[in-house]
Amino acid sequence: MSKSFFVDTTLCTACRGCQVACKQWHDLPAEQTKNRGTYENPPDLSFNTYKLVRMREEVIDGKLRWLFFPEQCRHCTEAPCLETAGDPSAIFKDAATGAVIFTAKTKGLNADEIIDSCPYNIPRKSADGTLAKCDMCLDRVQNGLLPACVKTCPTGTMNFGDRKEMLDLAKSRLGVVKKANPKAQLIDADDVNVIYLVAYDPRSYHDNATASNSVIRMTRQMALRKMFSPVAGVAARVI
Amino acid sequence: MTNHWIDIRNSDCILIMGSNAAENHPVSFKYVTQAQLNGAKVINVDPRFTRTSARADIYAPLRSGTDIAFLGGMIKYILDKKLYHEEYVAAYTNASFLVNKSFEFKDGLFAGYDSENKKYDKSKWGFQADEKGVPKMDRTLKDPRCVLQLLKKHFSRYDTNLVSQITGTPEKDITEIYKTYTATGERGKAGTIMYAMGWTQHTVGTQNIRTMAIIQLLLGNMGVAGGGVNALRGESNVQGSTDHCLLWHIWPGYLKTPRASNVSIEAYNKKWTPASSDPLSANWWGNYPKYSVSLLKSFFGGKASKDNDFGYEWLPKVDDGKAYSWLDLFDEMYKGTIKGFFAWGQNPACSGSNAGKNREAMKKLDWMVNVNLFDNETGSFWKGPGMNPSEIKTEVFMLPACVSVEKEGSITNSGRWMQWRYQGPKPKGNSKSDGDIIMEFGEKLKAVYKEGGKFPEPIANLKWDYMTDGLYDPHKVAKEINGYFLKDVTVKGKDFKKGTLVPSFAFLQADGSTSSANWLYCNSYTEKGNMSARRSQKDAPNEIGLYPGFSWCWPVNRRIIYNRASVDLKGQPWDETDWVVRFVGKEENGKYVSKRWIGDVPDGGWYPMQNPDGSAREDSKHAFIMRKHGHAQIFGPGRADGPFPEHYEPLECPIEKNLMNPQRVNPTAPVFGTDADAYATCDPKFPFVATTYRVVEHWQTGLMTRPQPWLMELQPQVFVEMSEQLAKMRAIKNGERVMVSSARGSLECTAIVTKRFQPFKIGGNIVHQVGLPWHYGWRWPESGTEDSANLLTPPTGDPNTRIPETKAFMVNVAKI
Repeated sequence: MSKSFFVDTTLCTACRGCQVACKQWHDLPAEQTKNRGTYENPPDLSFNTYKLVRMREEVIDGKLRWLFFPEQCRHCTEAPCLETAGDPSAIFKDAATGAVIFTAKTKGLNADEIIDSCPYNIPRKSADGTLAKCDMCLDRVQNGLLPACVKTCPTGTMNFGDRKEMLDLAKSRLGVVKKANPKAQLIDADDVNVIYLVAYDPRSYHDNATASNSVIRMTRQMALRKMFSPVAGVAARVI
Repeated sequence: MTNHWIDIRNSDCILIMGSNAAENHPVSFKYVTQAQLNGAKVINVDPRFTRTSARADIYAPLRSGTDIAFLGGMIKYILDKKLYHEEYVAAYTNASFLVNKSFEFKDGLFAGYDSENKKYDKSKWGFQADEKGVPKMDRTLKDPRCVLQLLKKHFSRYDTNLVSQITGTPEKDITEIYKTYTATGERGKAGTIMYAMGWTQHTVGTQNIRTMAIIQLLLGNMGVAGGGVNALRGESNVQGSTDHCLLWHIWPGYLKTPRASNVSIEAYNKKWTPASSDPLSANWWGNYPKYSVSLLKSFFGGKASKDNDFGYEWLPKVDDGKAYSWLDLFDEMYKGTIKGFFAWGQNPACSGSNAGKNREAMKKLDWMVNVNLFDNETGSFWKGPGMNPSEIKTEVFMLPACVSVEKEGSITNSGRWMQWRYQGPKPKGNSKSDGDIIMEFGEKLKAVYKEGGKFPEPIANLKWDYMTDGLYDPHKVAKEINGYFLKDVTVKGKDFKKGTLVPSFAFLQADGSTSSANWLYCNSYTEKGNMSARRSQKDAPNEIGLYPGFSWCWPVNRRIIYNRASVDLKGQPWDETDWVVRFVGKEENGKYVSKRWIGDVPDGGWYPMQNPDGSAREDSKHAFIMRKHGHAQIFGPGRADGPFPEHYEPLECPIEKNLMNPQRVNPTAPVFGTDADAYATCDPKFPFVATTYRVVEHWQTGLMTRPQPWLMELQPQVFVEMSEQLAKMRAIKNGERVMVSSARGSLECTAIVTKRFQPFKIGGNIVHQVGLPWHYGWRWPESGTEDSANLLTPPTGDPNTRIPETKAFMVNVAKI
């Protein structure tokens, strides 16, 4: 059975241990940042930043909420990036875990097209066009360890395990959270292996918290059209 | 912490106030979250909406420095609505004690104030006593001179409307919090407080905590699982360093530093050993001489004997009535009276209040030894901003210390757990462990004194045998801390051999036959081994997360202190589910006939106060064994600034008049008088309240985190947070650099304009507050543009602890 993350944002304190643990395990260099009038940093995901805790101040029902969203690749069950690439030596799915893995051969792909295909705007390219994103800490998972972000999380926000177990946990937590927050929901749970629980409208957390369903449904067509036309994928997204 | 980290999960209501646990103690939130998932309510009161507030069930803002007003209102709420745990309060606290007629409170002052010396004559605050000297009590709590009635009178002024005008907290939030928290006064419910420097760093710091302690006592929350008064320490080993006498006013194990007037060991012991004539009071500090003499034996070994007062005269004495705290030391250094300075594992150029004065003071030194992991703003003060190196004579020596993981030894965490840690990697380069540096230093001093010198005895006679094969041996020190039998002795019917480790402090002696470098830790390293290195995962039978076989906890592995108050007078728990201790001795005809407690290590293993039939037992002891009279102190006559807490404004405040009483500030707060000490109250040049704090991404002055690129990526620059309203008023844009200034200095920072700060309505006026982290310093990042928020903070503090008031002061914020 494939593996899944369950990210319970209702427990997240934005300590950003996950963000640092990710950099540490993958030995990714720090970016030169500036304080931009917010704690959120670096300003975006990048070739060297796979995980980023988004932080937003929102007034909801007259009360200030500080919404935290530890953003990362969703490891889609049917990944548009993988289908768009159509090159398993560059992007493939690990059969045992369901992890969507980018290799150094992504350098040979049309990077912008892959990025555009992602319903969550996750992959980022380096100067030479190689793509990178969260790899589910596949090396850790294959050796019986939790992904670094999950291992470091003190509050139980980040969870990882067999998909069914994570879905059960997600549904049970949703039931509890919904009592106080009727808009609580699991984001795109059927389509992704990183299942987020949010207490409020997902779009108040982050613009790309949720995918447009149309994008997900289009992906197969996108892949097919791509075989005939190099620009079809972009056209399909616009529709 | 009276309780410990895991125990937070047992709470029914967690008040997080004076701390920002989610950001500064992130792992604590594991247990906060568990409690919340079990249905506990989390309340957060803070001037600013923080990452803790984001997870709280109830958040309310409060102006910095007004916690006593807020909590005092809760005391009034509890008393007015009679929500206190009456049986607990009457039996275990001094609520029933009758106070002398000489005590009064008038015009913001307690009886006995000496305005010339800014000190109280505490003898005016004594208790009425019977002919034997036992305090008179009225267990019905009705006598008008009993503590409970005086408490009621004292806090009758703290109604929610006035509280709201002082704190700026909306009245409806105040009432909701009072209602939610005081529900834990019900039998079987527990509320806890998580506080930190947001409470201690005030001119009323001690009284902030006293106010909460009173609430916890009224609600019966002391000694129970999920309760207590819990200080979240600012560093992993602050508890340990305090226990082992980091502070000037105490010796290890909270023994007193001797005063000049304590002329002999006999006079010293007499002065500091409390006496009680109540047969029901354990008065544990009555054992004081056993601990002080054992400490001296540990210092001086065979050189200490009864004939030479166990070497007492070789130890330094402090002048009576004089303070030697951080603020005082730097004041003296600034005045040029201190010539040499060891800055050991600290960075006062950034960490001290009024840091600019500290930096100037260092110019007056002949020499400084900076012992640290890396060079810092202290070691390099002479080339810092505004310094002219050619005019500075101070010679600085840098001794590189290794990191904690590169050495073996113990730390004691906030929950009083002494945890043994092993060496990971070896120290890098020529860095050494602190232990090795100290041992070598001691050896050199001994060698120098062999050649002569004034008063060589303290160094020459010092027992200094903690090395193995030329290296510092942490096991030898840990054993010394525990203590040894120094001759063959029989204590309490048990025979002990010379040279063996003392099993617990109950066996320490005042005749020189035992040693212990810290009586509180006697039981930590015994003939059974190193207790702190234990790693059992097994819980105690009450299954409340005590894990008694994991590490070791002072005192005598008691995980929740004051736990005798978690049971009723018959020894049965108030809370049947999360019970801490329980008396299970045999019962015959309504009387207990054998002694047995289960659960945690009880606070003294005596019989309960009463038999099952309700008859009193004369072989029992009152629950609070560390207090002279055996009762927790709602009325605390030992404090410098009053037996009850009272709201005073911070030394620097935005309002001309204290709305609670005619004294604007704590009348006993210390102030300093050099040209580097300036204060500004209600000064239009500094119109905004400011506070300092930490962020999760940095640690202390940032010495270990600022050179760390992953953490600098997250929080690259010093910032000042302010409301949208204040930013608009000063035309400040989010993310732009601004200047923050106080009467003492100024600091360039990045503005964070946020909804998380809101203006306060104080006494009908709008008051703005801003906040800054103090983790930065000019030495790193390389730009040199980020400096310490302590350049702004004031040189005053709490009259009891002299902890600086860095949490409430006045500033201006301006565009650059």
